[in-house]
Amino acid sequence: MEVRVPADYIYSALDLDRKEGAAVEELKARSQQPIPDRDRWLETELERNVLLTSVDAILNWARRSSLWPAICFPACCAFEFIATNASRFDLSRFGMEILRASPRQADLMITAGTLTWKMAPQVKRVYEQMGEPKWVIAMGACGISGGIFRSSYNVVPGYNRIVPVDVYIPGCPPRPEALIHGIRMLRHKISRGHTEIVLPDLQTIRTRRPGAAKRKAR
Amino acid sequence: MTVVLSGSEVAKRITARLPDAVVEANDQAIVVESKSLFEVARYLKESPKFSFDFLNYIAAVDYYDYFEIVYQLTSTGYNHSLVIKTRCYDRENPALPSVVELWRGADFQEREAYDLMGIRFEGHPDLRRIALWEGFEGHPLRRDFL
Repeated sequence: MEVRVPADYIYSALDLDRKEGAAVEELKARSQQPIPDRDRWLETELERNVLLTSVDAILNWARRSSLWPAICFPACCAFEFIATNASRFDLSRFGMEILRASPRQADLMITAGTLTWKMAPQVKRVYEQMGEPKWVIAMGACGISGGIFRSSYNVVPGYNRIVPVDVYIPGCPPRPEALIHGIRMLRHKISRGHTEIVLPDLQTIRTRRPGAAKRKAR
Repeated sequence: MTVVLSGSEVAKRITARLPDAVVEANDQAIVVESKSLFEVARYLKESPKFSFDFLNYIAAVDYYDYFEIVYQLTSTGYNHSLVIKTRCYDRENPALPSVVELWRGADFQEREAYDLMGIRFEGHPDLRRIALWEGFEGHPLRRDFL
């Protein structure tokens, strides 16, 4: 079948198709082998290494590298926290961009805002529902001491009346840089922590084994 | 734009209907007797001339000598509004008739005034504290609270 082409075209449709076909064939001919992995040298390098470290170092590294904050944002400091979490300050650099709606999946409470006595039981409950190990950052003047509302009849003068606080960040509200500084201080604190590993007592395990008492009696 | 009705003009109509209800009136507001508050409110809501079907807010003010309770009403049909006030001279046990029966929106507002100012609203279906917890001593928005 003859392809009819308008006279004012520079290239005929068939010419364009041929050009495209040539480009595809050329790329295909060049791409017969996979591009070598640029990090391939790492594999042989890793085989030669044995890393020795302590359990503390590994656990603390894991803990401080992905702190997941629980949602406890009663007032305006929350907006600085949101700014910290968003693209400009990018909290995910610290592995902590996920805000857990469930305290059971969180290990850090950033108390961003004024706390009233009526709200205090709920905050305490959220803290108690968080699994160990857990940390608390008191963010802002209200979190530290009640701030300008300290003498009010219904404001908790500082979160440390309700929950144990690890790091205090002053400011009203603190800028995101200050919050990040506080988080880095907390990471520093975590990295110097010591984990006590309690191994089970072998003697107790032996006597508790089913049938052990019977054998003894015999 | 909502038209603000002149208090003195409306007061004339209220006085024609309820002779002893109005204490004073000016362009901004009408002050009514606390014992006839409910009747005035019902008249303002139900008369077809005014038909104030919406209660914007209830506010309570402590003037040491008396409490002043402020009601702002709006008619969504006519798009006009009015402020009425009433006064409570009993500091120990201030009481007012409730307007929840007329405007359901008064429910939480009256509970708030009861919680923070200690004004009891007679006839309120569920008069409990709303912002503070049960067992709190005193009413913190009173000027003599400390």
